[in-house]
Amino acid sequence: MDLAVESGFRRPDRDSCSMAEPRKAVALISGGLDSLLAARVILDQGVHVEGINFYTGFCVEGHTQAIRKNASARPKRNNALWVAEQLGIRLHIADVIEEYKDVVINPRHGYGAHLNPCLDCKIFMVRKARQWMDVKGFDFIITGEVIGQRPMSQRRDTMSVVVRDSGVDDRLLRPLCAKNLAPTFPEREGWVDREQLHGFSGRSRAPQMKLAAAYGFTDYAQPAGGCCFLTDKQYAVKLADLWATRGQRRYEFDDIMLLKVGRHLRPRPHFKLIVGREEGENHFLEGYRKQFTHLKPVTHSGPLALLEGEADENDLTLAARLVARFSQGRDAEHVGVEIVEQGNRSRVIQVAPLPSGAVRDEWYL
Amino acid sequence: MTCEVLDARNLLCPLPVIRTQDAVQQLKAGDLLRVICTDPGALHDIPAWCRVHGHHIAGVERKDRDITITVEVGESNA
Repeated sequence: MDLAVESGFRRPDRDSCSMAEPRKAVALISGGLDSLLAARVILDQGVHVEGINFYTGFCVEGHTQAIRKNASARPKRNNALWVAEQLGIRLHIADVIEEYKDVVINPRHGYGAHLNPCLDCKIFMVRKARQWMDVKGFDFIITGEVIGQRPMSQRRDTMSVVVRDSGVDDRLLRPLCAKNLAPTFPEREGWVDREQLHGFSGRSRAPQMKLAAAYGFTDYAQPAGGCCFLTDKQYAVKLADLWATRGQRRYEFDDIMLLKVGRHLRPRPHFKLIVGREEGENHFLEGYRKQFTHLKPVTHSGPLALLEGEADENDLTLAARLVARFSQGRDAEHVGVEIVEQGNRSRVIQVAPLPSGAVRDEWYL
Repeated sequence: MTCEVLDARNLLCPLPVIRTQDAVQQLKAGDLLRVICTDPGALHDIPAWCRVHGHHIAGVERKDRDITITVEVGESNA
């Protein structure tokens, strides 16, 4: 089935094309409005467009919806797939979790406000898209970038760095701001009509919203804090703590998943607790029980907590009192807390919940 | 026609979709792929991925936490 035709999109008029077959472009689809519009602008010029979406492990959407029960009432959708359906194009989702580690750990161009290596990330993704383009026989790459929209990766100077360092040459077309840039190869070759491209710039979203309205797009994802956990201050604090306590900058996939879940408290330098905040998170943390010493109240309802690090008896008692503090027995004289140490030794101890004032602010990551 | 089984349990979206995509690439039109997963998000995402690639959902079953989505590979698989 030709989804583009099914959804009513204009296909190239063969008589008006200099080539027998339409040129092919691969669009970086994040799931946000800009990439949706950029792809649509090029589709409207009769170019065959397919989308590519990179899964780094730090993507905001999906996981938190799936984990947290109190988010279950909201409709679950993958925004990149939603965009592809709106456009009637294929979407290829690439697992880049392993390759992306080097981008996060060793960003050549540094971090943004937190641990977000936005410029290196864009270079990485454009380079990957270029590789995909070459393998699949496509002609050029589209992104939804707009000059001045982002402080690190979408400035005039850094946008040229993306072109240089990704090796994309001038096969990278940014349809939303192309008129503010020098003509690219697809424009010079007449594959796309530069006059039908746009000259957006700056942080205002008004031009994009106006264009979306003209196309009839209404239910697009709203930009609210970005689509990457690395731009989140609290998440960056937790990742920095992980690296500091391990003495080296490395991570595994499970590490970065666990940083998205629960309260993270470090009451002592040598151990940390991850405490579920609600049923969905407790359920998610249960999947990690065998890898961690874990604690759970047994005389009162309460959260599951994973303990990462080394803990002696005093530490385990402190951890149990903390867990009791977050249980329904917080005001009880004693709470029974089951402790299962790695190696499956299980026991229940009775502890007095920590008073609220004893849970120090600096313990929270 | 072959029928393959993909165990995507305990993976959170989009990983079940990515594993489905990788498995379907190895199959031919008309083949079936039974994807077993536990993330309810897959109920939306795998059918959405199938729609944009021209594959079909032949069935969805739920048993306890397991969700089994059967994908019939479409003619567009190339």
